[in-house]
Amino acid sequence: MILQLTVALPVLAAALLAAAGRWLPRLAVDAAALGTAAAVTALTAVALARSPHRPQVAWLGGWGPGTGVGIPLAADPFAAGTACTAAVLTLAALAFSWRYFTEIQAAFHAMVLLFLASMCGFAYTGDLFNAFVFFELMSVVAFALTGYRSEEPSTVHGALNFGIVQSIGAYLTLAGIALVYARTGELGLATAGRHLAAAGPGGGLVTGAFVLICTGYLVKAAAVPFHFWLADAHAVAPTPVCVLFSGIMVELGVYGVARTYWAVFDGLVPLRAVAVLGAAAALLGAVMSVLQHHVKRLLAYSTIAHVGLLLVGVAAATPGALAGTAYSLAGHAGVKGALFLGAGALLNRHRTVDVRDLRGRGRGMPVTGAVFLLGGLFLAGLPPSGTFAGHSVTEHAATEIGWWWYTPLSVAASALTAGAVLRVWAVVWRSAPAPAASRRDGPQEREDPETRVTLGSLPWTMLAPGLVLLAAGLATGLIPGGPVAAAAEAFTGHGAYAALVLDGRLTHPRPVPADPWTLPGFAGAAVTVLLAVLIAAATLPHAAPDGGGGRVGGRLARRPAGRAVGRAAAAVTARLHALHSGHIGDYAAWLTAGVAVLALLTALR
Amino acid sequence: MNLPHLLPYLAAGWIMLVGLYGIVTSRDLVHAVVCLQVTQSGTYVLLLAIGYRSGATAPVFSDRPPPPAGGPVTDPVVQAMALTDVVVGATVTALLLALAVQVAKRRGTLDPADLRSLES
Repeated sequence: MILQLTVALPVLAAALLAAAGRWLPRLAVDAAALGTAAAVTALTAVALARSPHRPQVAWLGGWGPGTGVGIPLAADPFAAGTACTAAVLTLAALAFSWRYFTEIQAAFHAMVLLFLASMCGFAYTGDLFNAFVFFELMSVVAFALTGYRSEEPSTVHGALNFGIVQSIGAYLTLAGIALVYARTGELGLATAGRHLAAAGPGGGLVTGAFVLICTGYLVKAAAVPFHFWLADAHAVAPTPVCVLFSGIMVELGVYGVARTYWAVFDGLVPLRAVAVLGAAAALLGAVMSVLQHHVKRLLAYSTIAHVGLLLVGVAAATPGALAGTAYSLAGHAGVKGALFLGAGALLNRHRTVDVRDLRGRGRGMPVTGAVFLLGGLFLAGLPPSGTFAGHSVTEHAATEIGWWWYTPLSVAASALTAGAVLRVWAVVWRSAPAPAASRRDGPQEREDPETRVTLGSLPWTMLAPGLVLLAAGLATGLIPGGPVAAAAEAFTGHGAYAALVLDGRLTHPRPVPADPWTLPGFAGAAVTVLLAVLIAAATLPHAAPDGGGGRVGGRLARRPAGRAVGRAAAAVTARLHALHSGHIGDYAAWLTAGVAVLALLTALR
Repeated sequence: MNLPHLLPYLAAGWIMLVGLYGIVTSRDLVHAVVCLQVTQSGTYVLLLAIGYRSGATAPVFSDRPPPPAGGPVTDPVVQAMALTDVVVGATVTALLLALAVQVAKRRGTLDPADLRSLES
């Protein structure tokens, strides 16, 4: 009953709010939405606590596994953990919105709850077509939330790009699901998986089905070259919505790839294509993140980088790497959520999130400053954060299977993204304010305030959610390694998912506990934090605010030898910016090329 | 599999590619959204082709007994999926067209090439 309620309760509340919201006072709408999100958090927490000991499977409408057409909801520890993360982030986002939006309709709350329901449904479902429907519901609500302030030109443009790219991916996923049905006559993840495993290595059709299904999920997970929509959507979406996008929606793409691979295609197709696209995303996202001035866009590219690392962790296809990926996912969700809420506080106070306009203006917002400083350090993997545990465990597991390149990649991506956040902190909170006369003539386009009223001092409802998320990001690193390793073992075990869903039988593996507290782990974290601080210092704009603000390699350009490097860097930077053109045709072309690369790398034996 | 059996699958792939080509070369956002709908139509054809059985009738049992007594019927599961797919497609198209209308209102153009990059 818990699993059905997790999905049904927010849908019901959303329907009621959408219908009756206009006659309800604002307080009642907020209370109803917060109460529902809190209830879902409790339900997912119960499912998470029970899942290692008792099978958490529900066949909808009593159509059990014997009938052949039943649709199961199943919560193994990772599914419940993912749903729980979504619920906690929704709770934080709604609490933040309470005072953040001075004028908002109940439709916003309804859509956020519907978004939560679709994310929980996607995490729990054990059926391919059902997963597609939840995936599409999640996407459609996300488009609507992105374009919520439809009076802004860039908002509707970003939402439209998001919508078209994401929908192409979703339809390719549906085509892949259709191919699985054509081969097996089954839509259940578990039943289709058993059928394919019995048939043996499948050849072209199975490879094609896997590539097509993965495409949609990888578009969601913003793997390069499917990532273009993400920064456009994050830069324009309302800030509380960004928390949900960056914290969990994008990660659900990674979850979708992992779940589909181990439940349906276990051992039938190679995952190297996912590793390649993920590694490309980690590198490109990290570099683009350093090049940004717009804080929300900077955080968006940092999400691309970190999710790229998650994809590589999944593609390593060992329980150890998956355990590390789970740590990283939970830690990243907390830290990135807190950082976005900090960006929201800046936007509320200063009407802009452009670092060039915010120089030295962070005084008077000490809590937000602390969030940015700590958030940057946690992104770099400062112990004992969840990201530290994730990096340590995944790097160990990747090295074990001979992926020597993973550790440098992870260190570089984390250091660059963390350096970008630390630079924001240094410029906004530690620099002297620019004299009013020499301030830039204002950004090309004034950031639209998401609220009419600038609050005199930030109320605790806007500060507490960020701090709680930051604390959660810290606490996830302290989760003992035993249960996480057992959950990863159960997730990746051959036939374990089918045993859980079809036979109601839990597998009880006795794996080596994942242990983040190792010497190489600490060494990696120390190097990453050090590099992050160096990158932040090196890219710090000059004190003179004359347009040199934020130029990459600013310090280098002063030396003659560095000037050539500076010019080359500027050329590359211009090229990278031009690549992210905002042109939907370009994005669709890149997507098509990405599918081709994915197919080639997967089909090669 | 011989050509007549393969034809619906080739047609489905062709329709999806045509839609994608339309989006890539589109000079108008409304046109791009319609091309997206064309891409999706490929999935309808694919789904129905998968469930088709030659000589079978529609899976409606109001006037005759279910198989095996009543003779073969086409697969109702894919038809249910196609129906759901149509509903999903209608939602997506309506929302994207609404966004395209807003773009036209705010930017005064529907040509993606005239829209400024969002990269600051």
